[in-house]
Amino acid sequence: MATSKRCNVSSENLTVNDVKTPKIDINSKVDLIIQSKKHANDVFDVLEYLQSEKEKNVVCAINGCTKLFSTLLERGDMYVGQLPKEELLIGGDRSADEKYCMFMRHRYNGCLELLLEHISHESYQIKESALCALMQFAAMEGKFPLQDMDWSEHYSFPRELIQAVVERLLSQEEDMALLISRFQEYLDMEDVRYYVMSSVRANVGRVMDKTKGAVMPIYQNNVFALLSNINMPSQESELTNYLVKQEAKHEDWKAAKLKEHKRAFERLWLGFLKYKLPSSMYKKVLVILHDSILPNISNPTLMIDFLTAAYDVGGAISLLALNGLFVLIHQHNLDYPDFYKKLYSLLEPSVFHVKYRARFFHLANLFLSSTHLPVYLVAAFAKRLSRLALTAPPAALLMVLPFICNLIRRHPACRVLIHRPSAADEVCDDPYLMEEEDPSQCHALESSLWELQTLQKHYHPDVAKAAMAINKPLSQQEDDISELLELSTYELMERDLKHKQSKTVPLEFDPATQLLQGSGGVGVLGLNFSLE
Amino acid sequence: MGKLPKKKNLADKVRKTKTSTQIKNNPFEVKINRKKFDILGRKSKHDVGLPGVSRSKAINKRKETLLKEYKTKDKANKFIDRRFGEYDTKMDPEEKILQRFSMERQRTQDKKNMYNLNEEEELTHYGQSLSEMEKLNDMVDSDDDADEKGMLSAELTASHFGGGGLLRRKTHGETDNGGNQRAKSRQELIEELILKSKQEKRERQNQKEESQVLTEKLDQDWKSIQGLLAHKNAPKADRHEEEDKPKLDEYDMMVRELGFEMKAQPSEKMKTPEEVAMEERERLQKLEADRLRRMTGDVREDCAKTQAHMSADDLNDGFVLDGDDKPTLAYQDGKWNINEEGAKIEGDDEEEEGGEGESGEEESDGEEEEGSDEDSYSDLDSEQESEGGEEEAEEEEKDEAPATKSQLSEEERKAQAEAAKAELPYTFKAPESYSDLKGLLQGHPADHQCVILARTQKCNHPSLAVGNKLKLQKLFGFLLEYVGELASRSPPELSTIDKMIPQLYGLCQLFPEAASKAMQMTLVDSAHSMEEVLEVKGRAAFPQLDMLIYLKITALLFPTSDFRHPVTTPALLYISQALTKCPVMSLEDVTSGLVLCCLAVEYVSFSKRFCPELINFLLGVLHLAVQDKTSPGYSVVPPFRQNGKVSDLLVLSDPESSQTWSKKTLPLSATQTLKLTTDLDTDHYRLSAVATCMDLLKRCSSLYRELASYSHVFQPIATLLSKHLPIKTYPAALQDLHGEILAAISGSRTSRPLLVFEKKKPIPFKLFTPKIVEVLDYGKRRGNTKEEREKERLNHKYKKEFKGALREIRKDTRFLAREKLNEVMGRDAERKRKVKELFGSLATQEGEWKALKRRKNSRH
Repeated sequence: MATSKRCNVSSENLTVNDVKTPKIDINSKVDLIIQSKKHANDVFDVLEYLQSEKEKNVVCAINGCTKLFSTLLERGDMYVGQLPKEELLIGGDRSADEKYCMFMRHRYNGCLELLLEHISHESYQIKESALCALMQFAAMEGKFPLQDMDWSEHYSFPRELIQAVVERLLSQEEDMALLISRFQEYLDMEDVRYYVMSSVRANVGRVMDKTKGAVMPIYQNNVFALLSNINMPSQESELTNYLVKQEAKHEDWKAAKLKEHKRAFERLWLGFLKYKLPSSMYKKVLVILHDSILPNISNPTLMIDFLTAAYDVGGAISLLALNGLFVLIHQHNLDYPDFYKKLYSLLEPSVFHVKYRARFFHLANLFLSSTHLPVYLVAAFAKRLSRLALTAPPAALLMVLPFICNLIRRHPACRVLIHRPSAADEVCDDPYLMEEEDPSQCHALESSLWELQTLQKHYHPDVAKAAMAINKPLSQQEDDISELLELSTYELMERDLKHKQSKTVPLEFDPATQLLQGSGGVGVLGLNFSLE
Repeated sequence: MGKLPKKKNLADKVRKTKTSTQIKNNPFEVKINRKKFDILGRKSKHDVGLPGVSRSKAINKRKETLLKEYKTKDKANKFIDRRFGEYDTKMDPEEKILQRFSMERQRTQDKKNMYNLNEEEELTHYGQSLSEMEKLNDMVDSDDDADEKGMLSAELTASHFGGGGLLRRKTHGETDNGGNQRAKSRQELIEELILKSKQEKRERQNQKEESQVLTEKLDQDWKSIQGLLAHKNAPKADRHEEEDKPKLDEYDMMVRELGFEMKAQPSEKMKTPEEVAMEERERLQKLEADRLRRMTGDVREDCAKTQAHMSADDLNDGFVLDGDDKPTLAYQDGKWNINEEGAKIEGDDEEEEGGEGESGEEESDGEEEEGSDEDSYSDLDSEQESEGGEEEAEEEEKDEAPATKSQLSEEERKAQAEAAKAELPYTFKAPESYSDLKGLLQGHPADHQCVILARTQKCNHPSLAVGNKLKLQKLFGFLLEYVGELASRSPPELSTIDKMIPQLYGLCQLFPEAASKAMQMTLVDSAHSMEEVLEVKGRAAFPQLDMLIYLKITALLFPTSDFRHPVTTPALLYISQALTKCPVMSLEDVTSGLVLCCLAVEYVSFSKRFCPELINFLLGVLHLAVQDKTSPGYSVVPPFRQNGKVSDLLVLSDPESSQTWSKKTLPLSATQTLKLTTDLDTDHYRLSAVATCMDLLKRCSSLYRELASYSHVFQPIATLLSKHLPIKTYPAALQDLHGEILAAISGSRTSRPLLVFEKKKPIPFKLFTPKIVEVLDYGKRRGNTKEEREKERLNHKYKKEFKGALREIRKDTRFLAREKLNEVMGRDAERKRKVKELFGSLATQEGEWKALKRRKNSRH
């Protein structure tokens, strides 16, 4: 069973290969190996195929290997315990059976290595098959452990194999998101998830320590993809799906306890978030933080540092951090000093244009729904929002105008913003200070919402109508803004088109003769552009 | 209680002794019910009362009824003596007997004949028996003459009614007749009357008959003479009298026809140019007023709707006999104001109008050609001939025309195009699809394309055939598509589009619904594709030139100033969407954005509506020209970024280039491809863009001058212009513009009155005609309807009765109690008396006994 022999065999077989298709060849060889120990050397051919250039052959070889080694593992034809070096194998005075077992164990290890390499193969199909095969082996190994231990004391789980797979998955050069989403199937199994979590944590710690905390977008993306694919069970009773069933003391197994899962999950996230992240990653984390991370962490308050840091970053990240903070404040009794001041400073012109507008205003609506807020604060918010509304697109305006009106409804003391009968004829400059950071110092209460008056002249009829609301005393009933939060300009347009007019369409009565002729007023386009 | 009966007894005594007048005059007996108010003309029954009298009456009555009942309470049987006057001692026995007899008679008589009047007695009138007179009456009545026309003769009336006249007449008659028939009986008199009237009637009849006979005779005479007369006047006509008859009929017919024919009416006089101008001005003014009304929007409209006429009789219960929505028949712009129902009529009218409008211009350019090519193409001649007649033949030929045309080779086509207008056929089939239209128009120069379109329109005028309307409606859509294609060619054929605008306008005026629908579809399709890109990428590319052209055409065809318009409102939204979501990556994008800004300014220039995206975008564009982007006093709004790789797009590479720059308009094609070879060209282009931007800003600042937050809207722009823009390096023209804008912004009024709610209009009272209720009984509560009143009255009566009954019962019980007490006291007194008597007798006994004893003792 020397290497020379292997070469001979392979060269011989090559001639056969010309006749047979690789698939049939592989399958027949695998069958032969399984049938008798005589054909043990054919395993080299199969492994050869594993390194083939052709995608098809590799996939077939992977399938063959899976079948072969699974059977061998099941049969117990694999050496169990500490494996001696292959060179020592020949000289050793062991029985033929034992030698066969050792030989196969070595081939198995080789196959594992090859498969692990294939995980970073460029072809997705190979990647996927390799991953599936590895997990299959993991399952088999769990059932028929290769370590020589007292299994009544220990829990059999192929930790090393899982760790190796995770290491490969969290590549530093390649985006593995697709494969990781395939991996999610296995993550649904409780024990796999548990051990993956612990190995990811170890991996992250190791890799990040090596790079001294520098940002590694691809690697961190992979980690995030893996982390976001982890679906935590919500109840202990849901822990039913296992890759490896433990016969003894199953209840005491760490992977079977929800508490342990939660702890592992928490340590994993904290370990991941400890390091500096790219800003896009921040956003991604914050988006899922409140509904898939915080509830599954045993001690959510540990996230406070991360969230407050993110909240201080500013811009969209701050907006997103609000959601997590809200959960902490609301459910975990977090006291955040100057929370409203910070929220106030988040109000910038871009707030109406960003993607997370709906989420932000939903939360802002929640935060400002308390009737115990001081009047100056609410007035400052209303004034600032209406000032910002001067730059907002119509869809946002349709949402923010009722929002402001709701604020005034909730806090009747703010009514002076739209109705100050004591100084009806007084003329004054706007005392509101836009640049002032502190809502208590911005003199919003002494101002009036002239901006809304301006918006009554807005070109869109619905906006103009919504702004007209401040001309009369507001009704008691609050407007429901939840449906307006997600409104887009296109939807608005469709709404306009559905708006059926019973009457005929009014037409322009000035006869048009030229393209650049002015309509309504001066031909602005004609003055600035020419027909070229 | 003990006192009361005594007093009563006294009162009774008084009453009995005194007569009623005496009592009434005694002020101590009279109780006067004082009235609060003296009401004139009202009599009150209860102003004076005699309590003593009424009380004693009541007591007596009770004594007779209640007391008796009480006395016989536990006694089962009793005798009732109904003999008349048995216990009356005052009565004489004879009188008693008489009375008893009469009562007997009465009983037997019963009450059968109660209303029977005495039959023997005869009623008379002037000594005549009334029964007889009734008989006479009947006779006179039957003799009523129809010829008299309801007039009765004087005698008749006299005999029936006025007695005085008759009396006098009688006296006259008496004297005439000589006294022997002194009293003619009434019967005789009336008989005489009847005779007379009958005679008169007969005479009149005779007269009538006679006159009829006479008339007939006269007629016959006249006929005989008439022949002679006619003969004299028109001998020929007379001779052919019978033959003439049909001729006369003809004449009559003519006359009648003429009579029924419309009379020539004075036509409208030719208008002087001034008058025409005046009318035109009035029409425009009306349209302008209409536009303004629409601009203010639905708000006013709604108000107008709610202030519907309310009748004075309106009960404000929301009931409407027939809704207001019924269209009133009226004229509008000289057309019948009938909506969809009358679409056919309207359509025809419109079409005709439109046709007239176009035919003017078409004919003018059609005629000049006719002369030249009438002879040259014989096949066209035939077409022309058939033009007025059958449609089908025409269409077949038209079918061939484009087909053959499209088959022509490229060279031939070129040759054809060169052959100028002469080659254009006069009739075209309306294109059924877009490719049809393309085939129709391809290869022709712009002018010819217009002519083709005009002729297609004319040939397929809706008034010519039923399906034409639909065809032309489709044509608008195709034409729009064609315009889009022209715009998206490179280089875009904008001048061709320019020529087609009148056609588009004309079609749009013909079919507003179809045009608006086509425009809407174009907008929605583009917006939809932009939305899809946005959802995936979060940003989108600027709309292509064809969309820009569509937007401009929208502004040309539809009024942009309406508060809500089915086309222009979505179009403006589209512009806004493009200005907020499309990031500026290149100079082409800047140009596209500026075109959109121009369009936005055009859209709002009349209505002066506020468009935030416009200001944002202009600010962003100017920001691109700022060199030093650190520490700005303003913040740009997405899609622009404060810093970025493309944020220096408009910064001049060489400040010197501004000296060679001269203001010129930007080409529209620059939105697609911009070919700038040298740095100098690029710089010039940049300067032009900045100039355009500043021009737009100037317009905006004057547009939005009246807005409440004008200063806040323009504050970032002012900061940018004054502090950051490298104005020193710009040419003088730009510097002037810059100065103007800054002056305009800084010169604006910043202070505003504080906001207050609109004053509520006082709600006027509803003025109804008063409801008049007849008040018949003052001072009493009354219901509205008769039933209610009746109920009220009965309720009141019931209450009164109930109270009265209660009072009576109380009085009864009181009376009974008193009687019982009297009884008891009487019994006690009796007993006391008896005891006393016994004691007395015993005492006398005792005394006697003692005396006896004493005597005995003394004896001893």
